[in-house]
Amino acid sequence: MSELPYKIVIGLEVHVQLATQSKLFCRCSTQFGAPPNTQTCPVCSGMPGALPVLNREAYRMAVRAALALNCEIPEFTKWDRKQYYYPDLPKGYQISQFDLPMSQHGHLAISDPKNRFEPKRVGIIRAHLEEDAGKSMHDEQAGTADSRIDLNRCGTPLLEIVSEPEMYSPEEAKAYLTELKLLLTYLEVSDCNMQEGSLRVDANVNLHIPDPDAADGPPIATPIVEVKNMNSFRAVERALHYEADRQWEVWQESHQRLGDVPKQTRGWDENAEITRGQRSKEESSDYRYFPDPDLVPVVMSAKETAEIRNQLGELPAALRKRLEETYGIKPYDSDVLVNQGRALVDYYIELAEQCGDGKLASNWVQQDVLRLLNEREISIDDYAVRPSAFAELLAKVQDGKLDTSRGREVLAEMIEAGLSVADAMEKLGIAEVDDSELVELCQSLIAANPKIVADIQAGNLKAAGALIGQAKKQNPNVNPSRVRELCIELSSEAS
Amino acid sequence: MSLLKKSAVELVSLLRDGELTSADLTRAYLNQIEEHEGTIQAFLHVDREAALQQAEDLDRRRAAGENMGPLGGLPVAVKDLLCTRGVTTTCASRMLENFRPPYDATVIARLKAAGAVLIGRTNLDEFAMGGSCENSAFQTTRNPWDPERIPGGSSGGAAACVAAAMAPLSVGSDTGGSIRQPAALCGVTGLKPTYGRVSRYGLVAFASSLDQIGPLAATAEDVALLLEVLAGHDPLDSTSIDAPVPRYIETVRQPLEGLRVGLVTDHLAEQLDPDVEAAVREAVRVYESLGANVEEVSLPHSRYGIATYYVIAPSEASSNLARYDGAHYGYRTDESALQAELAAERAAAQSEQEEARLDTPLVRMYRKTRSEGFGAEVKRRIMLGTYALSSGYYDAYYLKALKVRRLIVEDYRAAFQKADVLLGPVTPSPAMPLGHFKDDPLGMYLTDLFTVGANLAGIAGISLPCGQSREGLPIGLHLQAPPLEEERLLRAAHMFQTATDWHRRRPDFVASED
Repeated sequence: MSELPYKIVIGLEVHVQLATQSKLFCRCSTQFGAPPNTQTCPVCSGMPGALPVLNREAYRMAVRAALALNCEIPEFTKWDRKQYYYPDLPKGYQISQFDLPMSQHGHLAISDPKNRFEPKRVGIIRAHLEEDAGKSMHDEQAGTADSRIDLNRCGTPLLEIVSEPEMYSPEEAKAYLTELKLLLTYLEVSDCNMQEGSLRVDANVNLHIPDPDAADGPPIATPIVEVKNMNSFRAVERALHYEADRQWEVWQESHQRLGDVPKQTRGWDENAEITRGQRSKEESSDYRYFPDPDLVPVVMSAKETAEIRNQLGELPAALRKRLEETYGIKPYDSDVLVNQGRALVDYYIELAEQCGDGKLASNWVQQDVLRLLNEREISIDDYAVRPSAFAELLAKVQDGKLDTSRGREVLAEMIEAGLSVADAMEKLGIAEVDDSELVELCQSLIAANPKIVADIQAGNLKAAGALIGQAKKQNPNVNPSRVRELCIELSSEAS
Repeated sequence: MSLLKKSAVELVSLLRDGELTSADLTRAYLNQIEEHEGTIQAFLHVDREAALQQAEDLDRRRAAGENMGPLGGLPVAVKDLLCTRGVTTTCASRMLENFRPPYDATVIARLKAAGAVLIGRTNLDEFAMGGSCENSAFQTTRNPWDPERIPGGSSGGAAACVAAAMAPLSVGSDTGGSIRQPAALCGVTGLKPTYGRVSRYGLVAFASSLDQIGPLAATAEDVALLLEVLAGHDPLDSTSIDAPVPRYIETVRQPLEGLRVGLVTDHLAEQLDPDVEAAVREAVRVYESLGANVEEVSLPHSRYGIATYYVIAPSEASSNLARYDGAHYGYRTDESALQAELAAERAAAQSEQEEARLDTPLVRMYRKTRSEGFGAEVKRRIMLGTYALSSGYYDAYYLKALKVRRLIVEDYRAAFQKADVLLGPVTPSPAMPLGHFKDDPLGMYLTDLFTVGANLAGIAGISLPCGQSREGLPIGLHLQAPPLEEERLLRAAHMFQTATDWHRRRPDFVASED
């Protein structure tokens, strides 16, 4: 990749729905997919006179996430009203946190197994709790029908995680999102399902361009653009690439710097693969934040915070390190395994422990187990072969009783027919071949293939491969490496 | 003596003893309403059949030997901003003219559980904003002592209906004096409890950090009876105080030994009506005669109370009233007229830029709905509050007001070192003629001078009759006590009422009935 004439600077705002049973300020269910407006009450539908009451469990869950993001948790926070008019916001304000967020000053470590960037920490400015709005469903042909509002989502707890503008490539941004999602999934604070909207990403992007007039001075910053409407991590990556190119072109034409124009909001158009300017408000929005007088400030003692910290469990970064150190696998492999989630890692660990070879276990889990899970779209909990049975199979491979491809055939039988290793081998007719029988077979092959024998004698040991193929045709149960051994031995004896 | 002249405490005892049925009592009040409502206009809504139905149900329950609750079939009037399931709750606003809440306010649930007959919904200034009931979108309640005068507000209907003997008990709300001021002007007793003593759940919010629900009745004893029903912790209101509710009705008759009364000198300064001053000074003598020690105290920041209040209350109101936007419930502007208006504007647009500047249909819906649905005073306060919270002004107004509020709290803390209760006038003058403040909103605001302090500081205050002006209009005495000292206030008020009979005086049309 050639050196770009600019540096792209990215900050991400991620909204994550917390996996609570009930909403942030009322008892309504947060279940996704219920018929519209069936999970509402006077509080979350903004009825006159209704009052919010904090769901303490949501708060603790948010603290859990914030601690895992290495944030500081102040002992005192409060709630503020963020005021704007929109039909999916029935109170005319959103209860959020303005100047005293529940956590701040954290970081998330990211790295790239493909080494496209150096491992780094991305700073977290703050993570705060707020309530979600409802959903507007607009008629496609504007003006021909009323929009409809579903308030089921209204009041669902959202954690807004704001990063420092410290990511310098779309790949870094994607890695940050991937790691953040993984971390939150491990913590079980969110299902992070982007399709259901439980994880949403907005990106702030601009370029830093070396100042041609002052080579040693600070770079020139171009106007910041907020990019919205990205529905997958892949979309984020593509939108950011597009946006960097676009901003570079705009810069070359306009030479507009940060502050010359109001902040612009653009939406990613997935089909056209471009960002489009969204209708900018004529006056800058003023949310008129002020402390919500209906809620009391939250006090979180250091003891309570410590309790939550002690219950965080092993987080992905630590787990990767442990897998590498304990089972001798490479960072790339630990990354693949850990990124699959805790349940798969647990499976892997059990298998590695039982077969005693972490690398072999890693190879089989990555190549065979994951492939099947992906094909069938099932989770490891539904995988038919338990680690103990799998370890038995790997033992056969380890001591040469099965080669890899025969091993796969056995595994397939174990999965499809629910058989044990022994039964599957028997069904496949795999029996151990007696060594004397094998010697006999090899001798007959040597006799029948003088040309190959001559090759081997001339030092071309690879030629033995053809003999292995013939041996397998005659008896599929033969151990290829033993056949190879014998054939080379017998060839050298032959005259 | 007519039933209607009896106190609520006496009536409850008659009901309990079976000497009176709730239906008969309710009918008597309904008849009184029917007879005088044309003049007084205290109620926005009276459902005679529903009230009698409730009364008869309660009578049946009593006949079956069930516990009737502390109100045992007594009619209670409710200010029309307390959400009541299925009953139109208008807040005296066009915006909610047809709004029927899907739930009961906590106080409504408590009243029902206590055996109250909900006899009617009383008038108020729109969304409780005002001090005269003239800001009601529907009608102007008259002062029962002089129908050409204001009853006060915002709980004007709540006070007037008690003064006119249309209900023995009445529930109001007080954000800056809205229970105490009309109680004073109508010659009844009204109490604003400590902030958090009574749940606000279901009280349509005006200014959340100041609003408090409270009782109005003829006497301190009756107020005690109702407060005991209303007060108590509510898990649905995060600002509700989790403290046990004293048996006010059992202690109200006990005099306070060695009561230290603090006379608030700042409230006896200029612009006080001479009749009001005389009545307050006479009240001081009454307390002295009852053995109290009276000492002068000062609330030096009291004079900033109005300025502080009229930043904080409208700021909160501007936010609380944002929900009335026509999208979900309540009034919405006529949509076909809106579309026609926008179409005409588009057609008249001279350029694309001009057309692009036009409102979207949604924004125009908001504008028109709120312009048409709210009255002038509500809009004035929304604008005041929106301004005060705007970026660039927040520190100078809202934040500054919060700081002054802190100073006012400190004033009270200091004053309560020297005194058990603070004493002063409720209002600068007796009831003004209707229309007096029509073009003078600031003058109207200034009448809250003595009452807003209790709301800003979150303390308890009571208004009780202490005299009459030369025109024969009631004058109110204001007592204030530290947080959660309602019991002290009620006992102090009852002491006064054992020594005076101002609380027994009724307008002529009530007094002449037998």
